[in-house]
Amino acid sequence: MSYIKPTFRHPTLPKNKIGFAKADYEGKISTLCAGCGHDSISASIVQACYEMAVEPHKLAKLSGIGCSSKTPTYFLDNSHGFNSVHGRMPSVTTGAYMANRDLIYLGVSGDGDTASIGMGQFVHAIRRNLNMVYIVMNNGCYGLTKGQDSATADYGSISKAGSKNMFQAIDLAGMALELGATFVGRSFSGDKSQLVPMIKAAISHPGFAFLDVISPCVTFNNNNGSTKSYDFVREHIEATAAIDYVPPKAQISVAYAEGQSAEVKLHDGSSIHLSKLAPHWNPSDRNSAVNRLQAAKTKGEVLTGLLYIDPESQDLHELQNTVGTPLNQMGESELCPGNEALDSINSSFR
Amino acid sequence: MYNYKLSKNKILKPTDIRDPEYFHKVVDCQYACPAHTPVPEYIRLIAAERYTEAYMINWESNVFPGVLGRTCDRPCEPACRRGRISDEEEPVAICRLKRVAADNKSEVKHLMPQIPEQKNGKKIALIGGGPASLTVARDLAPLGYEIHLYDEWPAGGGMMRTQIPAFRLPIEVLDEEVNYILNMGVHTHFNHYVSSMREILEKDYDAVFVGTGAPRGRDLKLPGREEADANVHIGIEFLASVAFEHLEKVGKKVIVLGGGNTAMDCCRTSRRLGGEDVKVVVRSPFKDMKASPWEIEDAQREDIPILNNMPPKEFVIEDGKLKGVLFGKVRAEYDENGRRKLIPTGEPDEFIACDDVMIAIGQDNAFPWIERDLGIEFGKWDLPVLDKVSFQSTLPKVFFGGDAAFGPENVITAVAHGHQAAISIHLFCQGDDVMNRPAPMTNLVSQKMGIHEWIYDSPVVDDTRFQVPHEDKVISLKDRKIEVELGFDEALGFKEAQRCLNCDVQTVFTTSSCIECDACMDVCPTSCITFTTNGEEEDLRARLSAPAENLSQSLYVSEALPTTRVMIKDEDVCLHCGLCAERCPTSAWDMQKYLYNVTKAEKCYQ
Repeated sequence: MSYIKPTFRHPTLPKNKIGFAKADYEGKISTLCAGCGHDSISASIVQACYEMAVEPHKLAKLSGIGCSSKTPTYFLDNSHGFNSVHGRMPSVTTGAYMANRDLIYLGVSGDGDTASIGMGQFVHAIRRNLNMVYIVMNNGCYGLTKGQDSATADYGSISKAGSKNMFQAIDLAGMALELGATFVGRSFSGDKSQLVPMIKAAISHPGFAFLDVISPCVTFNNNNGSTKSYDFVREHIEATAAIDYVPPKAQISVAYAEGQSAEVKLHDGSSIHLSKLAPHWNPSDRNSAVNRLQAAKTKGEVLTGLLYIDPESQDLHELQNTVGTPLNQMGESELCPGNEALDSINSSFR
Repeated sequence: MYNYKLSKNKILKPTDIRDPEYFHKVVDCQYACPAHTPVPEYIRLIAAERYTEAYMINWESNVFPGVLGRTCDRPCEPACRRGRISDEEEPVAICRLKRVAADNKSEVKHLMPQIPEQKNGKKIALIGGGPASLTVARDLAPLGYEIHLYDEWPAGGGMMRTQIPAFRLPIEVLDEEVNYILNMGVHTHFNHYVSSMREILEKDYDAVFVGTGAPRGRDLKLPGREEADANVHIGIEFLASVAFEHLEKVGKKVIVLGGGNTAMDCCRTSRRLGGEDVKVVVRSPFKDMKASPWEIEDAQREDIPILNNMPPKEFVIEDGKLKGVLFGKVRAEYDENGRRKLIPTGEPDEFIACDDVMIAIGQDNAFPWIERDLGIEFGKWDLPVLDKVSFQSTLPKVFFGGDAAFGPENVITAVAHGHQAAISIHLFCQGDDVMNRPAPMTNLVSQKMGIHEWIYDSPVVDDTRFQVPHEDKVISLKDRKIEVELGFDEALGFKEAQRCLNCDVQTVFTTSSCIECDACMDVCPTSCITFTTNGEEEDLRARLSAPAENLSQSLYVSEALPTTRVMIKDEDVCLHCGLCAERCPTSAWDMQKYLYNVTKAEKCYQ
């Protein structure tokens, strides 16, 4: 087995606008099972960051425990990273984010790490509208412990061993909508043409951007009867709209049919173009997103694409009116101004 | 369902990997070699210290591994994939690795083909004792043919002996490899200049092979040429005289005219025969010189300046003796078609004093000994009219090969011709159609050894090309028989061998096994693999993971996948690292070693 990736890259591949090659965003060679959907998501993250010309030192990747949470080793080798405790990625991210608001936070988690052990942390990160991208690599099983059904396994889905799941699934996207997440999307590891622009839009979004990415476990959950297999997802996939991410100042080259398309402006000047909209769905109307999600569930469809975005999103620092300078760049005298300052604050409440 | 648009017109068809030429073309070095030597196969054997086997693979294919490992024109190296995977990379030193096999092999005589005592009753004449004729002998002697070889010189080897100086090719190396063939019971007629084809045809030969090379060096008819004759030498004649020790000294000041490999050999030989101030003068720009870059470098390393843009005008005579050469000054201009014109610059002519001049401006074929009423037709440039595949002339029993066939080329081309002519002669003598030729032998074998293990060394090393060590200049210039290149030792040979990308280990794709997980596309270091909608080639080449701009390299196209997409692999800069197959969950990709062997005469009736 190869543990080292050859150093040669295609000689004609261009550099991005800050002078980095795609290879500068890559990580170590993956040790996940061959064919794991997670590797495609890692590749999509690499592609998105390369295309957006993210400065590698301006991004922190954080994860919990699980197959999914191993993946930060496999992308963005030149960025900051924190591999935290099982299910505790959101609180570590919260701390990091409070200390330094200038970084891009990319949290990577799995269905076990989020929907079971980390559920309590997950829901509060949404409520607080942390400015982060939260990707769940959702394969519906515990791959690292040989494929037991996870909390996102669909009711009736058949495991590799042949047993039917008798419990209802937690729909993480539906839940995020319910809890007021300001950016909710779902995608599929096998469709990079959708996943890459979604990651870019999520990075641009100022607030909690949640991506539920179905990522087949090729070893334990890619069998007939599984609802998270490559074949099942491909057969049942539907999209709210085709998505296109347009970076700031870029010219729009595609002509969109009127009435069938929508444009969402993001804070950083970029925008999302959505074409071939699903009927009765409006990307910035939470109710229509909830309804559309429920309708798809009833029909047995796997609904992907952008589900909801709040263009007016205000992240935690804005809500709390925190100082613009990241706290970690301040000195002790600014952060702890001493008893006199405390006294004057206290006295102001008297 | 996915809703991919599928263009109905002119989409690419799935690649037919059963076509023996498809994977052959991926092995760039082997494909570029006129004799199609299985290069990566023998390089792996060198890395495994199995030098004798590496030598025999070469010997089967190119007959003179020791000679070619020192002197080959190496068309394989510019083709080497390693040379184009990055700007800094140079090709694998294929030629010099061949020498490592030859230098380190053990006894090979017992591995040579057995020569039957019972002959098959057919007699073949070979005219000329160079690489082409010797290859024909090597292929036909084991089949029971009685071979008669004629050569004007006292020993076999042809231009390998007369034109390649001993400091590039030691005589023992040449003798060894020539003798492997002559010892196959070849009847040699040395010191025998064949002056009449009619006489040969009147003897009872069943077929005649002409491998007489391009023996006539071009002369330069300039004013003073006749008066200066004693000190003006034709390059290849000079080299032959030195090889046979008829000439042991030249003047202190020597001018070599011409920019090809013969010119390089002439100037370097002169340096060893008393030439202290040796200059090469070419009439056109330096960059247009025909000599191989490494031969130019070797000459420059021996303090031989190369002056360019100076066409010779006159041999200057004083007191009836050569005093020097007068040169004009020009610059080159190229028209839209790239055709060159040398325009005089108007600067004054330059006189360069010298004692001797070598003229090495090219050589021609010459067949004064073939009567023109025998039925052997001659065409353009007085070259024989031949079938390009069979090398048969218009007189069915007469075949040509090497430089005698289509004009001056090189040793490896002569060997390739010899193999093909031997097949023709064999078929002809057995009463068969010479066009009824055998297909190449091919073999495709999986290299899988365990779940993620390969039989071949798949990791790609980062080393840049290693330089072959040279003998100290002071020592090597003293004696023309001291070899300049010392060759790679075993350790360096191993390191250089590891640079080979194993391009013969093919990435073989099975569409029906693919689940379209994208793992191969994600892991491929050089972005060779794309899953996309099919289309016209031009359109597709532009929208792959990395644009496929090298049009000489094929696209490997799968059948349509369940999502209606196709897998497209651009073969151009594939590292053959095996990662696509390692990361494939269903073994839709497999690494399979492709062996392609040009079929030789011995397999014709097997």
